[in-house]
Amino acid sequence: MTENALEISGVSKSFGDNLANDNISLTLAKGEIVALLGENGAGKTTLMNILFGHYVPDAGNVSVMGKQLPQGKPREAIRAGIGMVHQHFSLAPNLTVLENVITGTQGIWSLATDMKLARQKLLDISQRFGLVVDPDARLGDLSVGEQQRVEILKALYNDAQILVLDEPTAVLTNIEAEQMFSTLKDMAKQGLSLIFISHKLDEVMATADRIFVLRGGKSVAERQVEHTNKSELAELMVGREVNRPVREVSEPGDVIFNASGVSVLQGGVERLKNVDFHVREGEVLGIIGVSGNGQATLAQLLSGTAKRSKGSMTFFSDEVGDLTVPEVVELGIGRIPEDRNHEGVIGEMAIWENAILERIPEFSKNGLVDRTAGMKFADEVIDAFDVRGATPTKRIRLLSGGNMQKLILGRNLLKQPRLLLAAQPARGLDEGAVAAVHERILNARKEGTGVILISEDLDEVLALADRIQAIVGGKLSPSVSAEDADARKMGLMMSGEWSDREGVA
Amino acid sequence: MRFERRERQPLLLILATPIIAVIAALALSGVLIALAGAPVFEAYWNIVKGAFGSRLSTTETLTRAIPLMLTGLAAAIAFRAKLWNIGAEGQLYIGAITVSAVSSQLVGGFPSIIQIPILLVCGAVAGMVLLLIPLWLRLRFSVDEVVTTLLLNFVAILFVSMLIDTVLKDPLAFGWPQSLPVADDAMLPRVLTRSRLHIGLFIAMALAVVIYLVQTRTVFGLQSRAAGLNPDAAVFAGVPLGRTLVLVAMISGGFAGLAGAVEVMGVQGYVTTELSPGFGYSGIVVAMLANLNPIGVILAALFIAAMFVGADGMSRVMEIPTYIADVTVALSLLSMLVAIFFTQYRIRR
Repeated sequence: MTENALEISGVSKSFGDNLANDNISLTLAKGEIVALLGENGAGKTTLMNILFGHYVPDAGNVSVMGKQLPQGKPREAIRAGIGMVHQHFSLAPNLTVLENVITGTQGIWSLATDMKLARQKLLDISQRFGLVVDPDARLGDLSVGEQQRVEILKALYNDAQILVLDEPTAVLTNIEAEQMFSTLKDMAKQGLSLIFISHKLDEVMATADRIFVLRGGKSVAERQVEHTNKSELAELMVGREVNRPVREVSEPGDVIFNASGVSVLQGGVERLKNVDFHVREGEVLGIIGVSGNGQATLAQLLSGTAKRSKGSMTFFSDEVGDLTVPEVVELGIGRIPEDRNHEGVIGEMAIWENAILERIPEFSKNGLVDRTAGMKFADEVIDAFDVRGATPTKRIRLLSGGNMQKLILGRNLLKQPRLLLAAQPARGLDEGAVAAVHERILNARKEGTGVILISEDLDEVLALADRIQAIVGGKLSPSVSAEDADARKMGLMMSGEWSDREGVA
Repeated sequence: MRFERRERQPLLLILATPIIAVIAALALSGVLIALAGAPVFEAYWNIVKGAFGSRLSTTETLTRAIPLMLTGLAAAIAFRAKLWNIGAEGQLYIGAITVSAVSSQLVGGFPSIIQIPILLVCGAVAGMVLLLIPLWLRLRFSVDEVVTTLLLNFVAILFVSMLIDTVLKDPLAFGWPQSLPVADDAMLPRVLTRSRLHIGLFIAMALAVVIYLVQTRTVFGLQSRAAGLNPDAAVFAGVPLGRTLVLVAMISGGFAGLAGAVEVMGVQGYVTTELSPGFGYSGIVVAMLANLNPIGVILAALFIAAMFVGADGMSRVMEIPTYIADVTVALSLLSMLVAIFFTQYRIRR
């Protein structure tokens, strides 16, 4: 048994009344990959911030290679060989890869930088671990996956022996995520020790050697990966058995929305090319595809924030023109935006204001906001959709991601929309919240709402959708029924393998 | 030591913020007064006496507060929608010169009851126009309005100084660059005899209340706040972003223009390049001290005006330069910015 590369023992940390970490201990051996599994708010990030010296723990300590680390000193943590890869990158988009990597490695007063040496070191590391990037590329021009590689390279450049990755796949496409995990395994083989934080069971099972499960700030279990399975982990993580709901087969009604031959030009680029789709009452249409293939434009088209350049659209067989947001809301189209924080809510505004902002005509008279009605509506949404920790006047920023999403769902579904656009509705949510969101969507379907579900998560689509279309390069495949779809077929669809006449092979 | 975001901002803390900031600023300027060799408390007492010690000084302070209220409102409205209008000074001058031009060339013969409203509207419209140019540049070409509004101040003031030396020059001013005076019927009625205090005070205070109601009660208020806090989410929710910002700019520029109009029609009667001792810039301090609250603007404007007027009196008595007022006002802005930070964050070990 080799010496532990890292040992966290008895760490506790509280914020006000909230005990974020309660006497947590954890070990990491050299060359090992450990996963830290837990729902949002379980205390994973707090623990890693303590490890990295961002927070000072109330009790307990951290030692690296048998040596105790001074508390609250990030610089010491780096010196001891801990490298952190943040969920939100801490890189400068206007600098090159090389410049980003060497930033912070030198004293502020050192006049000259040996760029040649730095470049050589970077290239060596990148070769050794198979992390290929062009050192002279401007960071802003790189894809998200490549940027993450740079973030990892930066940690390795500082001679990290222990790498901590905070939700590394949150921002990656499936293919990028797979690549990254194979890189991580290579790195472990070469003697690095890794901790990665996640709430995704699949990637934890596929990558980690050992798994620590955190729940409510406590370490509830430690498992070798070969002695556990997904359902046990899910239960440990949530604290009870969680079952994602699955749709029941039912007969859809009339066509609600139909688009034929629709194209959308944005910034001179045709983001949607001649697409056809329709959705019926009580039906979920799943749109699958690797992100960046036109999903955002499709969502904007239905949300009233993008205009088509050609094609026709009907709503209950009435031709509709270019829709504005108020018209879309008026028609009864509910919208769940892909990016909650960016588009879905205004963090600094009250919950009631967020609840009614898209329904101003309904909640105002002669240009005056009807505050009483707005508060009442917010209360109803909070009650009906089990939005925890919410009162109408509280700023929405203070809600967790899952509860924020429930509020967004609620402000749409409480008004019984005829069509619901749900773009990545469960992204970034923990297991319990995912189940809640799915259940709400299926309930709406049962009540006759047509749903367009845009998602990258194939399990989600298979569980919810009646029919599936793939989006690739702005084009939509013909639809296949969920019964006929399997992993192979969907994989083919997502890589653009279909012929327009015969449908999917 | 690190900073943590506060979960809640207690109302008491928000109300206390400007008071703490002002006390901090006074303490810091106290150091300078001490360095100048004067007793600190006596100096401050003389500032208070200089600002409120007599009927004359009190009315002077109130008179001085009027344009500050208007430029303060101009900044508060724009900043709340994240429209960084730094150009109130230029808008003020353009409003002022418009009033002088319109009154002396067009409507000078009209009776007060007609002429005054016309002139006030003209001044406001002129201010609006000057702010709509940078807004258009921002909406159309994403040009940063901080730079454009700031630089337009110089353009506007130089333009005014050209006009008062040429076409609008008063031939009876012994060659001084000074605009043609507004008609006597254009002068705002005085509130008290033997003082310069005019009804602009009530106009400004009424407008502050109106703006407060607009911001808290109306759809436009809600939408302009949304547009400022998160433009993407505002667009997603159907807020007409461009139209909202144009309206915000019209109100903000209008108020700054009005400040110029009121200053000419209430106090000076004509325009020189010394019309404003930086009312436009001080308006930014007023707005920040008021935490962008329109009612708070009234109080903040009174404080700043009292500092300026009081420091004049103090310097006569104690031979300390009046610049101490500028220092205190500037320090109060800085302490307010720090104080605002601490309403949002707390210190953690």
